[in-house]
Parts: sequence; structure tokens; C-alpha cells
Amino acid sequence: MSDDTVAGLASRLAKRELSAVELARDTLGRIARLDPRLNAFVTVDAEGALAQARAADEAIAHKRAGPLAGVPIAHKDVLMTEGLRTTCGSRMLESFIAPYDAHVVAGLKRAGTVLVGKTNMDEFAMGSSNETSHFGPVRNPWNLDYVPGGSSGGSAAAVAARLVPGATGTDTGGSIRQPASLSGICGFKPTYGVSSRYGLIAFASSLDTPGAFARTALDCALLHNAMSGHDPRDATSLDRPHDDCTRLIHANAGAKPLDGLRIGLPHEYFGEGNDPEVAAAIDAALAQFRELGATTVDVSLPAVKLSVPVYYVIAPAEASSNLSRFDGVRYGHRAARFDDLDDLYRKTRAEGFGAEVKRRILVGTYVLSHGYYDAYYLKAQKVRRLIANDFTRAWRSCDVIMGPTAPSPAFRLGDKTDDPVQMYLNDIFTIASNLTGAPAISIPCGFTRGGLPIGLQIQGESFAEAAILNVAHRFQQATDWHARVPAMAGSETPLARKP
Amino acid sequence: MKLTLDDVRRIAHLARIEIDAQAASEVHAKLETIFAMIDALQAVDTTGVEPMSHAQDVVLALREDRVTETDRRDAFQRGAPAVEDGLYLVPRVVE
Amino acid sequence: MTPASVVSDPAWEVVIGIETHAQLSTVSKIFSGASTAFGAPPNTQASAVDIALPGVLPVLNKGAVERAIRFGLDVGGTINARSVFARKNYFYPDLPKGYQISQYEIPVVAGGGVDIVSPTRGPLRVRLTRAHLEEDAGKSLHEDYRGMSGIDLNRAGMPLLEIVSEPELRSADEAVVYAKALHEKVRWIDICDGNMQEGSFRCDANVSVRRVGDSKLGTRCEIKNLNSFRFMQQAIAFEVRRQVALIEDGGSVVQETRLYDSDRDETRPMRSKEDAQDYRYFPDPDLPPLAIDAAWIERVRASMPERQELRKLRFSATSPEHLIELVKGGTGVDLSDVSHQLFEESNPALQASLRKPVYALPIGEATALTQSRELADYFEATVEHGAEPKAAARWLLGEVAAALNRSNAEIEDAPVTFVALAKLLVRVAEGAISGKIAKDVFDAMWSGEATGDDAADRIIAARGLKQISDEGAIALLVDDVIAANPSIVAEFRAGKEKAFNALVGKAMAASKGQANPAQLNALLRRRLGG
Repeated sequence: MSDDTVAGLASRLAKRELSAVELARDTLGRIARLDPRLNAFVTVDAEGALAQARAADEAIAHKRAGPLAGVPIAHKDVLMTEGLRTTCGSRMLESFIAPYDAHVVAGLKRAGTVLVGKTNMDEFAMGSSNETSHFGPVRNPWNLDYVPGGSSGGSAAAVAARLVPGATGTDTGGSIRQPASLSGICGFKPTYGVSSRYGLIAFASSLDTPGAFARTALDCALLHNAMSGHDPRDATSLDRPHDDCTRLIHANAGAKPLDGLRIGLPHEYFGEGNDPEVAAAIDAALAQFRELGATTVDVSLPAVKLSVPVYYVIAPAEASSNLSRFDGVRYGHRAARFDDLDDLYRKTRAEGFGAEVKRRILVGTYVLSHGYYDAYYLKAQKVRRLIANDFTRAWRSCDVIMGPTAPSPAFRLGDKTDDPVQMYLNDIFTIASNLTGAPAISIPCGFTRGGLPIGLQIQGESFAEAAILNVAHRFQQATDWHARVPAMAGSETPLARKP
Repeated sequence: MKLTLDDVRRIAHLARIEIDAQAASEVHAKLETIFAMIDALQAVDTTGVEPMSHAQDVVLALREDRVTETDRRDAFQRGAPAVEDGLYLVPRVVE
Repeated sequence: MTPASVVSDPAWEVVIGIETHAQLSTVSKIFSGASTAFGAPPNTQASAVDIALPGVLPVLNKGAVERAIRFGLDVGGTINARSVFARKNYFYPDLPKGYQISQYEIPVVAGGGVDIVSPTRGPLRVRLTRAHLEEDAGKSLHEDYRGMSGIDLNRAGMPLLEIVSEPELRSADEAVVYAKALHEKVRWIDICDGNMQEGSFRCDANVSVRRVGDSKLGTRCEIKNLNSFRFMQQAIAFEVRRQVALIEDGGSVVQETRLYDSDRDETRPMRSKEDAQDYRYFPDPDLPPLAIDAAWIERVRASMPERQELRKLRFSATSPEHLIELVKGGTGVDLSDVSHQLFEESNPALQASLRKPVYALPIGEATALTQSRELADYFEATVEHGAEPKAAARWLLGEVAAALNRSNAEIEDAPVTFVALAKLLVRVAEGAISGKIAKDVFDAMWSGEATGDDAADRIIAARGLKQISDEGAIALLVDDVIAANPSIVAEFRAGKEKAFNALVGKAMAASKGQANPAQLNALLRRRLGG
């Protein structure tokens, strides 16, 4: 495996074959050269990165370094980073400096990572193409005319283009897995409640989940280990013993490492709607899993087709309330001219929020408003239960569920911006894991003839993090899709790769 | 359920988002397509189904009654749009 | 038209329901670790959670829940095993999140009741609809900042228990009696300091009127933020006058929220509440359901003080058996459904009271002495240190109450300890000093002439006030008086009984009031009867 992964860099830094400062300089240099074409970063903190790198080298020299000391990473700009601008991709927070660190940010700090900057995203994480950002769209490293997916598009593109070996994201309806799929990397969403939401700027509180982007499942496990754990500041954070999600990956395995694994295949995931090239790549991946000893069983998730409508009631409802705090009084954008208090609110919010965010606030306000609550919000919560029940039933006959992460590969910028519903349907396979709170990962499993990546989604039961990461890892041991480098990134050789 | 242009104005007011007539009808058109998709829910039989408002079936964890926060007013107000004497300023509030 | 005349106007029935916001006496806020201390400089007790910074989350204060349970147990309500926090969405500058976290469909406490003695209807129980936990909002300060208002969020996130009564009150006076009873109760069970100046105990009144006999309720108006009992009485009285006048003039009441202006003695509509509200309540996704198990409830029950009603009855009971009688309806209030089986003999709370002393006080004095736990404790401690119950009660409600009034202090701040008071009363009982002199000694103690537990004795000694009970000494006094007042003696002998008292007075004066009155009377009569 090439050594510019989180795992590879961490061990070379620990052995002092490479200094954190050299690596940080190289990383900042690559960002300076390549990012103008991608727009993956909203903020780059060169000074801070070098300071953290020096501290990491110090810590390594004095043998008190964290497991990821000196490894450069980037955070999605939805996560609060003390002293650093945190915009959420919105004009509303264009110049907002966060006064504290998110729980997952602090965890990665403790592990010794070097934060190089904040990545671009759909405004308030509302989007599937990273085209709703106030800071402009992010481009797909595999083809600059295409979208990287969203909402965590900046993190996905940054990792895909080898600007950083790992990055954080948040996943509310697929915002980690879908861009990972469209950008040809791994995107991991853990069980809801395993990683704290404290310091994550809320979109839909009952669905928002912080997670990780990297090129390998092992790297995702390493980042997740540093991000996860109980946090008393989040009442939905689960108080359970910390789970080392590399434990199964590091266990010895024979020629058939997945012997006995039952892969559930919901026929709902393999319908007409899927792009034929995507369907072919998924079939090939499944054949590979059988090679590794797994068996496949048919399962049925009849209610899953309702994921999208359920999601587009629950998420906007929660968002309409969560985004009320952006009122121009205590922080963030405030309209320059206004007649009175109400006018201040109306103008501030009309100017500060983009079109998609406003649309979802309006949808959410409507479904909660007097006379519509039962028909929409309560109904959606009941159907959410039906979807959860489908999975409970399915888990009796399988250990993991597989299928395409997205029905189609990346699309051209601007292709779907006029049709919100077409855009929303991108998340048809990913939303269910958010509704049920269960973990899932998207890993690269092929390319289209046009050279666009295709992602495979592996879903597990709640708390099956270690298991699905191991399943993904074993696949990556037998394949090299994850090692492919986009041309625009390959044209540059990371210092980290030099012998 | 039919979403009317008046509904759009009503919810825009509830959400405190300024919206002119032009924008209102554009938004109305987009919301109609969204609700056409959402209305698939109405066909589902959910009699006797318990609503699900949390991803995990847990109960509330409580904190002990202790003061843990210190005064960070200056840090918090550094980026505030309008502050005086430690107060956030807003247009005259009427009761 | 005076309030009284309307309230008692036979043609109209007044219907009032009261919503009370009691600020719970926790040291930290309901969803954050910020201090609840009163009077800090603006926004210095507004944490990241209280000002709703992006990304912060609420975590519920256990102490607030505990206090809600205490209230539920005291009013005999149902404490829900699972209650749910909901978001009430609306925009206002003192509401940083754009929503208030409250409880909507399932409150922490359902039902229960408060016993009052209505000025017009006598003893009755005011039923409660519910009591729920919620967070307070901040404050808008209206002093002018060039046409702007200032927002202070120190109060944002203060823990509140909103206590909602059924619309069962029938007059402004009755509403005030209820509010006062509730005020005594929250302080008695230690969940709220009851400080109305600081806004720790605020009431809203829902008022409507209907012609007697009408089955359907009239349209109601809500009068907000009544922060004194007097204003509450005046505001409701005015509102009743307004509504009756409106209807009698052929108009009709519009449902609205109104504010009471004490300077003008009138209520007026609240502008900020003008546009019809649509709060879009929904369960707060940041807060899973609040679970309260039986074990927790029992732990709280065990920590509760003796119930106010029970302690009052114990003070007036003559024996444990009598206490049981009183408890079983002796007060005229139907107690059958109070606090579940609280008043069954088997109930541990009653059993505990039965093991405590009884004092055979008139119910009036018992009621007065149990207005606050501090006063009741002071009384029992005074008796414990040797004072006779009736005397202790008379003194506490007389001299002590008057002295407290003069220096408008609470019993907790009394300069005279219960031990010192007890010793003073013992001296009176022994006949060492007369009741009249005891009052002077008490005033000296109060003004600090001598302090400490033995203050009384030291003042009596220092002033030489000990009563003269020596037969010989009194005989001398009597002889001098008879010798010095021949004319009065003559009047007495002529049958003027009045003259006798005059002679007693002169003898008493000669003894500087220290002569034992009984002995003096007997001896004088004997000598005159000679």
C-alpha cells in the first residue's frame, strides 16, 4: 500500500523518517498549487498548521506523541474550530470565528493531527453536489467539470486529490458517503450517538453524524477511534465503552477472510433507476466478496423507497428550528439597513441564507405549522419507524447490507441545480442509515468508461463499526480501486511518497 | 393538501425571511414539486405505529446541579454585530 | 364601579385560571452550567449554550427535575415516568435560539391540587392541570441606546416550573388567596425562593366573564407578568370591570394577551403578541425523553419536609389520636384525594408526624405559625427549650411579630435566639418577672442591650427587675400607701370598689411594678378589711 495514507504517514512520522514540519510544508504547497482548480478549501491556516507540526515533532521527539502525531487533516467547515473561521459554507457566518472546539475536533487534536484548514461544503450541509456553498462550487478531482458530491464535497475532493490523507465530514442523509462515492474515496458514517455532535453546527439534530474521509478503511478506523467516545455535553451521545475499530482489521485472517459473512442484497437497491455502469461495478464487487468467502442473501426493505419523502419532512423541520438562532443579533451576518426588529430579522435572514437553505426552512416551517403537523411531521416519524422495522427484520438473515452508494456517478456542475427533487434522489440509498442511526461506509469499487469513480455502500447494524470497517478493509486488500490517483493529483508527487 | 401562494407568504413570515412577490411565486413552484414528492407519505398506512423522533432508543442523561461556566462575555461578543455596555443592541423592542 | 361590586355582581360569574412561573432554586441553569446568581453584570452569566452559539447543545439539570418531583409529591399530582421536552418556536430578541425548550404534550407533573380558604366560598381545593419544566428567556432593557434596546441574556436558561391551575377561581380576591397559598408552598418545600421583586415567582391570569347560568365560558384574556399580589388583585379586578362593561355595552371580548400598567391601574394589549402565534411545537431532537423511576421518586419523598397542612394540624392537635381526627377532614377541607394516600394512617408521612409533639393551639394560631417553615421551626425550638406552647405562640405572633415588622425582618434574622426567648418565658412562668416587665426585657434583648442565650437574666439582674414576692416587703408597701392616701381609703370604705384599684396602682407604682400583683391584692384587701 502506498504510504501517503494516515496509517503510513503516522508510522513514518513516529519513526522520524519524516518530520511533521516537512510534511506540513509539502501539504500546504500542494494545496496552494492544486486547490485553485478544486476550491476544496474555504480557509487554509498555514501558520497554525506549521505551529502544530512543530509541536508534533516535539512530542514525537519526547515520546509523548498521540497515535496520529503530525498527520495533516482538514475539517469540514460545519465543525467549530477555536480561533479559526467557521462558515458552514454560508454568507451568514462568512466572518465568524469559533470560540471553542467541537468534540471531534478536540479528539483529533489530542491524537496529534495537524489541522491545515477548513473545507468547502454545501451551505449548512444542505445539498448533494456542493453547489449551494456561498464560497462557490467544489470540483471533482477526476473531472473538473463534474461535481464531487455533497454536502461534504470539499473534504471529499481534498482527500481524493491527495491534498490531505484524511478529513472530517458530517452525514445527515448521505453527506459523507455520497461525495466519497462520487470522488472515489472512503467515507465512513458511524452509529448515531457514538461520535458527539457538540460543536457540529446543527442541520437536522436527530440525523447529523460526524464521520471521516480517507483513502482506506483502516484510515477511517484510525480517524474514527480519535473522534468517537462519550461526551456529556451532548445528551444524545451514548455512554458505552470505547471500541477500537481497528481490532478486526488487525486480526489475522486466512485466504478467505470473510468466510461466513452473510451479505444482504435488498432488491430495492438494484432497480431500474441505477446507472448500468454502476450496476455492473457493484456486481463485480459482490463477486469479489464471494471470492473472499462471503455469501449473499436476498432481503427486502419495502419501506426504504419512502426514505426520501420522510427525510425531506424531518430534516427541514428540524433545520427550520435549528437555523432560527441566525437572527443577526449575537453573531454572524446582520442586514445593513432595516426599519424595525422584524425587518432586521427578515432582511438579515434573506441576505444571509442561500436559496436552497431558505427553501428547506420554508418546507420545515410548513410541515410543523398549525394544521399540518400530524399530516406531515408526525406521519414522517411513523414511516421512519416502519423503515427502521424493515432493517430490524433484515438483520435476522444477514450481517451487512450492500448496494450502490448512489444510483449514478458524478454529474456535471449545474445539471441538477434547477430540479431539487432530482438532486434529492441522489441520496435514496444513503438516507436510511441516518433514519435508523446505523453505521455505513462507502468505498471505491470501480470506474465508468468516462473515468468517474463508483462507490459501494456497506451498511451494518448499530454499533457494527468494527465489523463493516473490517469487511471494507478485506475488500481493499484484494483490490486497488482505492489506490487510483486522479490525473490532476498524480501530476504532482507528494513528498510523502518519495522513498 | 395543496400548498398555496398565501401559504408561502405565511410561512415566510413565520420563518422571518423577506420574500418579494417574484421570489414567492418561484419558491412556490419549487415547493410544489417537493411536496408532490413528499405526499407519497399520505398513502402509507401507519395506524398503531409509534412515531420515531430519535435515532437511538435512549433516555435523557442528566447533569449534576453545578456551576461549570465562567464569564466569557468579551470572547463571545467580539464578533457581535452591535454591543454596548455588554448588551446586545436591537431595534426598539415593544411589549 | 369598584372591583368588589363587580366581583360580587350577582348577574356575572368571573372565571379565572392562573399560570405561575416559579424559578427553581438551583445554583446552575436548566440546560447549562452557568450560574443563576441574581444581579450579575449583563451577559456575564450567559454561557455559550445560553446565547445559543452555533453547535452547542442543552443538557438537563438534575436539580431542576428533583424540584419538580418535590412539587408533584406535595400537590398530590402524577409524576410522569416519561416526559418529553419540546421546542416552542418564535422570534424575539430575548430568545436566543429562536425557540424555547419547554414541555408540551407530556409534562413532568399532571394534576394535583392546592387547598385554600376562599374569602367568599370557604375551604376548597383548586385543582391543577399540570406543572412543567421550561427555560426562562432573557431581558430586554428599554433604556434608550439611540433608539435601540439592549439585550441581557443572564436570565436566559433560568430553570422554571410553570404551574397551571384549572379555571376554577371565581374572584380577584380568591385568585390572590390561591397565589399566596402556592407561594407559601413552593417556599415550604424549598424549590423556589419566592422573591417576587427579583421575578422568582410570577403569575399570568386568564380572565373571562359570563352571565350567571351560561354554560359556555366567555372569551378569555391573558394578563401577563403579575409580579405582586396587590397588582394581581388590581389587574384582575380591572380586567373584570373592562370585560363586563364591554359586553354590557353590546361589545364582545377579543382573545388577547394584555399587560397590567400599575401607574395607570389598567390593562392594555401586548403589542409584541399581536400577530396570531403559531409556535410549531415539536419534540426537541437534542433531548431524549426524561425518565423518572419509582426509586428516584421515593428518594425525593424521603427528603421532603413535614407537609405544611400536616404540621398545622399537629400544632392544633391535643393528642396523636386528635391529630388523626383532624387529618380525616377535621379542617372542613375535603382531604380525601390529597397526595394519594397521604392522609391514610398507614402513610409514613403521617406516622412521622404522629411521633412528633402536639401543642393544642387554636387553629388560627397554628395556621399563622405554619406560614413558613422557619417560623414553625422557631416555635417548636422555643417550646423545646422550656417555654410553654401557648405562651410561645402568643409571644411569637405578638411581641416577636411586631418587632420583626418594625425592623421589617424575617424570623431567620431575629436578633433574639429561640433559646433566649424560651428562657425569658420561663422566668415569666416561674413568676420571677411579670408579663408586663417581660415585654420591657424583650425590647431590651431585641435592641441588643444584652445578647446570647442568657440575655434575659442578665437584663433582669442589671436592671434589678426581679419581682418582689416577699410577704414582709409587700406589707410595708401596703401600709405606706394606706397611710399616705386617707381620702381614697375613706372612699373605699364608703363602698367605692374603684378606689381599691387606685390603691393597688399606687402600691404597684411604688414598687416600680415589681411587686407580685396577686400577693399585693390579697394583702391590701386584708389590711383594709382589717
